[in-house]
Amino acid sequence: MKVLVPVKRVLDFNVKPRVKADGTGVDLANVKMSMNPFDEIAIEEAVRLKEKGAATEVVVVTIGVAKAESDVLLTARAMGADRAILIATDDEVEPLGVAKLLAKVVEEEQPGLVILGKQAIDDDSNQTGQMLAALLGWPQGTFASKVELGGNGVKVTREVDGGLETVDLKLPAIVTTDLRLNEPRYATLPNIMKAKSKPVAKKTVADYGVDVTPRLKTLKVVEPGKRQAGIKVGSVDELVEKLKGLGVAK
Amino acid sequence: MKTLVWVEHDNKAVKDATLATVTAASKLGEVHLLVAGAGCAAVADQAAQIAGVGKVHLADDAAYAHGLAENVAPLVAKLMESHDAVLFPATTTGKNIAPRVAALLDVMQISDILSVEGPDSFTRPIYAGNAIATVQTSDKKLVITVRGTAFEKAAASGGSASVEPVSGEGDKGLSAFAGAELAESARPELTSAKVIVSGGRALQNSENFHSIIEPLADKLGAAVGASRAAVDAGYVPNDYQVGQTGKIVAPEVYIAIGISGAIQHLAGMKDSKTIIAINKDEDAPIFQVADIGLVGDLFKIVPELTEKL
Repeated sequence: MKVLVPVKRVLDFNVKPRVKADGTGVDLANVKMSMNPFDEIAIEEAVRLKEKGAATEVVVVTIGVAKAESDVLLTARAMGADRAILIATDDEVEPLGVAKLLAKVVEEEQPGLVILGKQAIDDDSNQTGQMLAALLGWPQGTFASKVELGGNGVKVTREVDGGLETVDLKLPAIVTTDLRLNEPRYATLPNIMKAKSKPVAKKTVADYGVDVTPRLKTLKVVEPGKRQAGIKVGSVDELVEKLKGLGVAK
Repeated sequence: MKTLVWVEHDNKAVKDATLATVTAASKLGEVHLLVAGAGCAAVADQAAQIAGVGKVHLADDAAYAHGLAENVAPLVAKLMESHDAVLFPATTTGKNIAPRVAALLDVMQISDILSVEGPDSFTRPIYAGNAIATVQTSDKKLVITVRGTAFEKAAASGGSASVEPVSGEGDKGLSAFAGAELAESARPELTSAKVIVSGGRALQNSENFHSIIEPLADKLGAAVGASRAAVDAGYVPNDYQVGQTGKIVAPEVYIAIGISGAIQHLAGMKDSKTIIAINKDEDAPIFQVADIGLVGDLFKIVPELTEKL
């Protein structure tokens, strides 16, 4: 079984986002970009399935700037993906457009499982996996903390508000990753060197004949209201008084 | 505009997250509700009491018992033939189902809205709430998830909507509910608690978390939360996590104990009315957002605090 893992190149999670002075967005010039952390978890899960013999091939795909070939797609291959597909565009593609492109990739590649990050840490949409599942008519196991393949299906344990929930899905299926699914391995230097020889198929959005015109227009982007640092108290007694003042302690 | 709100429930009672979503929907127009579940007539009756609701659609079918997205998304999509917008609370249930509905309708979803700026424009947080975007949609139908802490809760009583049965395609045969391990706690729910006591990695282990954090929470009648680090380390289960990818909370008082204050954690709690931080590192970022800070050893401070309250 082939596993497809879509990944996104985003502002590194350690970098504090800065809103542009003209209010058009977040400044991404000259800042560190990395693979979306949830997507690293997705690759790790796919690679582990291959290592266990449950998957035969791991294919990674990204939609975004051409530069991704030499950073996030290289990292993905170094982590163990067998080959990569770059769908190049300089434009922002919304989750609905991404899902439509991925549906075309699925048609071509025929994977048994698609594993995606549950959300990208830039637009925090949390939509693409569910949308792809809808377009393909496949079941979806979102926010996964455990994925067990067996027989003709996959059992997915999901992190839900009340705790954990388990669903049985028919294959082919969509899985989206939550934080506790696994701890992704680092791309080591020797593996990065080796990964350079793993193939990357270069495509453009136009190759897929899908309309990805954005439906949402960003009118403005602002910084949220800032909290001011308050006071420091020197003792537990003072803190008790403050809590009484707030009406939460008698 | 005719709106449809997904009612979050457990087949027994309406969950609080529904009420803020009703308020958001009421800013767009007429509010109808959808109660989809199994043996959930009591939920529909309760939902009909919510102030400002015009109609409750009740889809009572074993296929909808556990809110499986594969089964309920087509039902919602069908109801959207006679509605202009559908709003889900941004809970794990809403986040699971809404995008599936959006794709079926060929609509770009607007996630986690903070405000309604007009019939087609909304604000929403991006980059873990480090930026707030105002977006305008060109879609004819709207699919929206609503951040519960950003809207007042609609009154749970005072309404008298009619309940109308609806049916969908039932079980699509793609997925099945296999079980759940739901936390049972006598404490308030995190997302609706007035006071939250949250612990971080500095608690060092699960035993300390329970013996230090929980007595204080119980003294204050508070819910218990945790940072991602504490959840990843296995001190407490995932449903305790407050942050960008966990629960978003905005209680009257949030007490952060041994939490350094990574931006991903702040994203989940910085709209709390009063933030209190206890941390031994006086340079911890949590103090930059805390209204009241106490620097020191939590293992001494917290038991003393619990005792003195």
